[in-house]
Amino acid sequence: AFSSTCETVEQPNAQSLDLRGLLSLPNGTPVDTSSPASSSSLLNRLQLDDDLDGETRDLFVTVDDPKKHVCTMETYITYRVTTKTTRAEFDLPEYSVRRRYQDFDWLRNKLEESQPTHLIPPLPEKFVVKGVVDRFSEEFVETRRKALDKFLKRITDHPVLSFNEHFNVFLTAKDLNAYKKQGMALLSKMGESVKYVTGGYKLRSRPLEFAAIGEYLDTFSLKLGTIDRIAQRIIKEQLEYLVELREYGPVYSTWGGLEVELSEPLEGVSACIGNCCTALEELSEDMTEDFLPVLREYILYSESMKNVLKKRDQVQAEYEAKLEAVALKKEDRPKVPTDVEKCQDRVECFNADLKADMERWQNNKRQDFRQLLMGMADKNIQYYEKVLLWELICVSSLV
Amino acid sequence: MLHELLFSSSKKMEDCLAKKMEITVSEAEKRTGRNAVNMQETYTAYLIETRAIESQSEGQCAPVDSLWRRYSEFELLRNYLSVTYPHIVVPPLPEKRADFVWHKLSADNMDPDFVERRRIGLENFLLRVASHPVLCQDKIFYSFLTQEGGWKEMVNETGFQLKADSRLKALNATFRVKNPDKRFTELKHYSDELQSVISHLLRVRARVADRLYGVYKVHGNYGRVFSEWSAIEKEMGDGLQSAGHHMDVYAASIDDILEEEEHYADQLKEYLFYAEALRAVCRKHELMQYDLEMAAQDLTSKKQQCEELATGTVRTFSLKGMTSKLFGQENPEQREAKIKVLEEQIQEGEEQLKSKNLEGRDFVKSAWADIERFKEQKNHDLKEALISYAVMQISMCKKGIQVWTNAKECFSKM
Repeated sequence: AFSSTCETVEQPNAQSLDLRGLLSLPNGTPVDTSSPASSSSLLNRLQLDDDLDGETRDLFVTVDDPKKHVCTMETYITYRVTTKTTRAEFDLPEYSVRRRYQDFDWLRNKLEESQPTHLIPPLPEKFVVKGVVDRFSEEFVETRRKALDKFLKRITDHPVLSFNEHFNVFLTAKDLNAYKKQGMALLSKMGESVKYVTGGYKLRSRPLEFAAIGEYLDTFSLKLGTIDRIAQRIIKEQLEYLVELREYGPVYSTWGGLEVELSEPLEGVSACIGNCCTALEELSEDMTEDFLPVLREYILYSESMKNVLKKRDQVQAEYEAKLEAVALKKEDRPKVPTDVEKCQDRVECFNADLKADMERWQNNKRQDFRQLLMGMADKNIQYYEKVLLWELICVSSLV
Repeated sequence: MLHELLFSSSKKMEDCLAKKMEITVSEAEKRTGRNAVNMQETYTAYLIETRAIESQSEGQCAPVDSLWRRYSEFELLRNYLSVTYPHIVVPPLPEKRADFVWHKLSADNMDPDFVERRRIGLENFLLRVASHPVLCQDKIFYSFLTQEGGWKEMVNETGFQLKADSRLKALNATFRVKNPDKRFTELKHYSDELQSVISHLLRVRARVADRLYGVYKVHGNYGRVFSEWSAIEKEMGDGLQSAGHHMDVYAASIDDILEEEEHYADQLKEYLFYAEALRAVCRKHELMQYDLEMAAQDLTSKKQQCEELATGTVRTFSLKGMTSKLFGQENPEQREAKIKVLEEQIQEGEEQLKSKNLEGRDFVKSAWADIERFKEQKNHDLKEALISYAVMQISMCKKGIQVWTNAKECFSKM
């Protein structure tokens, strides 16, 4: 027996509603007081709001409370997805549902299908090498939860994607599986055909700006890959350093046991090294949990972006092919057929969407990396400040 | 009594050689020469400079004397000192070959860094001897500093090697001594433990240094990749580029940090070798105690023989008793003569025992005084070494904070 994947909508907490009224920000943004990490998320939101130039936000989505489900066929994790909104597209102001990774994956595929001209944020990697990572370990689940939360927040922030019908269903449906089944038929009716037949036609020339984006993405993902490897290597070196430090400190204690007058300073040094171990452990933990996932997200992000660029090229290729075909017959028919015009429209729409998304992405990227790298510097500063305890413990016991 | 000894030793300190003479090992030079079996060999020679410190009233600087010595001559000097002064914890020489090094440092004993560290170590050795209340007065030591030619011959003429105890004898003493002095047993135990804990410490420290080096140097890669990345970014470019520069600075800063730490390791090494010097004193004491016990045993057995002869009873079963039973007893004259010889030997033995006892007591007294002096020196030196280690760690932290604060500022401008 396993607990149901779909929980009933939680009753909005009366107290938290009151507080929401009281704590409303100047621009009317409600504050999520029920979240345990409210202070940091408040800060994040404040920073975001600054950058959004006071744009009113009316949709908030959070992923939290992972739960493990064990049944005869499989074991998996579900996450609580909480939505708070004032949008008319939603029947209720608040929803709370439970979703598993598969559901997120389904959502992403649906978004890709129904919004082919847009850049869809990446999901965390699905497959982990068996044996290397324990899928059900607390750290893994927490890292994934953060990534899923980020994924939904990115969609929420998107002016087009956040209004997508599948997204709405994902956030609100009590039984997502039922929707998934009937959705098969529904989609083919409402969505535009996503499959483009290019028939081996090669694009004559990519517009300069998209060629530049392509080049940029190649270099960008290459550099991020390198940074990812460096960061992992540093963590590895730090952990090896930690192993040696853990042996180093106690040797001073052993020595202290042999001495009379020197016993105190030797114990002092031992304590300082022990303190250094704790600080180092925290540093590499922070880097593993906060630094690496963001790098991964952006590496995946640039892959998604490359895919959209490819799709755009296909749409353009289709248009060019049709145009060429028309040019051959031009003498007979002076008028350009409507399906070619439609094709041209599609290329232009695609270009406009992609440019807007790219600009948005560039902006996010700049903010995210500024925050990420400043965070890295901060963590290192904090590490050294903790290690500075040498000043207190050691010097006082020595002098 | 202890206080008195300490007082007298500190009084002597005032007129020790180190106060009258400035001693430095100022230079090291690689040389090639021929050894005893006429084989080509390369060695390092060290320049010892000495200058007499005149009383201040004269106000004139004495000229500098200098001479070259090689490591093997330092070794000969130290051997001579430890044989001649068995009751003294003789300062150790720096290591012959680099030991407990982390990977970046070379273990080659011609390596300039190693030669430099050994130069400092040798100078330290000379200063330690020159400020030792007893050793500083040694003539051979003085001529080591001042007389270039003929010094080796002079050392060998002292015949110190004849006085050296064989290792086998020392081992024998260790296992057979019946009434060891508790203080020396404890001290021996302490020096064993000190040696093992310091060598463990040095081994782990070398590994810690290795790892720390790795952590810092890998950060250097950020320098390169940030700079490459900055080329494709518009607003972020400048911040990334200059943050990359700070990462380079960070990676480079570890070289100085670890170089300084090597000095700390050398200070610990000196005490690792001091542990051996401490044990040598204990070993000498054991030997003397063993000698004493053997002499006492010999005397007791002679006394017993004498008594047996005089009373005609055999208390213990012995071959002599058996033969006398089998072949009949000696005549009284023979017995008288034997007793007389034995009595003479007993008297001689008693005097020997007395002098050995006296010698032993003297040894214990002076050895213990020097051990107390050593302990005081050790506590003082190591405390200082630990403080300087803490100061190094603090300055490393401050450097780290500085670099990361600079980097943060660059990031914040992105």
